[in-house]
Amino acid sequence: MSTTAEKIIGTLPDARGYFGPYGGLFVPETLMEPLQELREAYERYMQDEDFLHELDEDLANYVGRPSPIYHARRWSEQLGGAQIYLKREDLNHTGAHKVNNTIGQALLAGRMGKTRIIAETGAGQHGVATATVAARLGLECVVYMGAVDIARQETNVYRMRLLGAEVRAVSSGSKTLKDALNEAMRDWVTNVDNTFYIIGTVAGPHPYPAMVRDFQTVIGREAREQMQRQTGRLPDALVACVGGGSNAIGLFYPFLDDQDVKIYGVEAAGDGLDTDLHAAPLCAGKPGVLHGNRTYLMEDTDGQIIETHSISAGLDYPGVGPEHAWLKDSGRANYVAVTDDEALAAFHDLTRIEGIIPALESSHALAYAKKLAPEMKRDQTILINLSGRGDKDMHTVAAREGIEI
Amino acid sequence: MSRLEARFSQLKATGKKALIPFITAGDPIPDITVDLMRDLVSAGADVIELGVPFSDPMADGPVIQGASERALDHRVSLRDVMRMVSRFRELDNETPVVLMGYLNPIEIMGYETFAAQAAEAGVDGILVVDLPPEEGAELLEAVKGRGLDQIYLIAPTSTPERIKTICDAAGGFVYYVSVKGVTGASHLDLQTVESKLRDIRAVTNLPVGVGFGIKDAQTAAAVSRLADAVVVGSALVSRVEALAEEPEKIGSALGEVIASMRQAMDEA
Ligand SMILES: Cc1ncc(COP(=O)(O)O)c(C=O)c1O
Repeated sequence: MSTTAEKIIGTLPDARGYFGPYGGLFVPETLMEPLQELREAYERYMQDEDFLHELDEDLANYVGRPSPIYHARRWSEQLGGAQIYLKREDLNHTGAHKVNNTIGQALLAGRMGKTRIIAETGAGQHGVATATVAARLGLECVVYMGAVDIARQETNVYRMRLLGAEVRAVSSGSKTLKDALNEAMRDWVTNVDNTFYIIGTVAGPHPYPAMVRDFQTVIGREAREQMQRQTGRLPDALVACVGGGSNAIGLFYPFLDDQDVKIYGVEAAGDGLDTDLHAAPLCAGKPGVLHGNRTYLMEDTDGQIIETHSISAGLDYPGVGPEHAWLKDSGRANYVAVTDDEALAAFHDLTRIEGIIPALESSHALAYAKKLAPEMKRDQTILINLSGRGDKDMHTVAAREGIEI
Repeated sequence: MSRLEARFSQLKATGKKALIPFITAGDPIPDITVDLMRDLVSAGADVIELGVPFSDPMADGPVIQGASERALDHRVSLRDVMRMVSRFRELDNETPVVLMGYLNPIEIMGYETFAAQAAEAGVDGILVVDLPPEEGAELLEAVKGRGLDQIYLIAPTSTPERIKTICDAAGGFVYYVSVKGVTGASHLDLQTVESKLRDIRAVTNLPVGVGFGIKDAQTAAAVSRLADAVVVGSALVSRVEALAEEPEKIGSALGEVIASMRQAMDEA
């Protein structure tokens, strides 16, 4: 493969928040000035030594970074192809990659003098990660969550409440993540003076897609070094699940200029891409504008956003970060999808073969690696982002098997 | 002269202020919208703002979200909305109509097609809530090319520099959002409105409308002393909601609200 391709790292987004034709700043006027202030604060503090030092300390001592890389030997052996390595984001405090971002944004909120934090959440992982940092920093915290998601992620709702957050149920639209995001935006427009909106993925208006990416790239920076140390070279392929795309871009970004490393983002195919019940905008959607940016969306021919379906609440979102839209069009990354059933099978495989219970979101990445590994050689490597642990999904998995717990 | 320009200069000549009701097209049923537009005009409306239903109206409060949901239950599309405007135009060729909505339905139709069809239908202006001037240049060119005005919002958070940028891009009128919040939000503060309108008038000769938080005849009258136009949305849509099961009663209910605002404004 060519190694003369142009460098990507550090070039995007442009000053207007664009990744090629994607991204931008499509918000009501009330938010334009607050977003400008956020942009300035983010640009300033990402160069500020005190800020970066505090962030590093928190990531080390509060989150528990660096997260290890684990060689899944038994599973690799059974699949009979490439060696599979897992980046263990499931071992982070609160159990997923989400906290890397909430720590960063909450520190920024403090620097900006904001006293109230709001967030949207789907699976509840981002809500928990936000409630956690809010508790630690003594900030008021309101989390918006779709009524459907509240029902399927009860434990996380309770965790957030224990942490002192107010969880507000959203009953408009499809009552899932996209509606929670709308409601958080409405709150922000109303309380913009004292409120910081911590978006949980690389979506939203500029600078969120870039800022959340920058806070999540710690995953890829560590992994790139760890793989070289542990295996003597870079991985041949990266695999991560894509909801909004934050754990994926966090892993992918530091490898974008390593042209020999193949990149796979895995969307939720739900019941199948040939049905109406999936959440795969990159694989089966088209470009449009939602939640402040232009990107691939699940929409009908009138431009209305359509309801998505995935067994995993964290992937149940009709849009995707604009940088992924660009990576798809540019061909640097490949986007694929796996069904609910495939993800569940991989969930059980990792649990039984390696003794690691993965989140259903992450199980989508595992399911694709399961297809990929046998096609590769035994001396090749696949690095999977194990974005979260599966404790929160016990009810969902049990219910699928007809068990009530 | 565009219909909007003509209407505002007529009003100016008679010393009156514009009353601009907002309803969502297709709410609660598609067949009623053209009749409602005419009822609003008979009761004293000067310009009609017609909401284009969208699945994710992130700048709207629960009342106008509900209107979108009711219209979408009937799958009312942007094309349907333009058909309603054409029918209205057959009966009323003077009252300006402004479409208000979100960008995605326009994106998917394509800017040129949208502008051409909107002009053909007799639309006079468009207001796209999630399209600030920084992102709006391309659509602006398309609609201007067809003689339509692009109306922009100004918010309490808009700085003087932004107000200037917005007014330079705007046509028809500019729309000051009187409160930080979504549609249907709490009461507006007249003093802040007054000082913000001063900033706006310092950089533009366009008429200035004020909306969000106008609930009754009294606030409409108070705002009309300061602004060139008063926009009223949730106060009307909440009546549509209440009468959704008895749509035949909606026209007169909206007419009453508008007539009382008209009277209060004319006496102000
Ligand atoms: C464990 C886990 N992985 C992945 C995701 C999907 O989000 P993203 O695509 O932003 O990483 C979530 C979202 O809730 C999650 O909880």
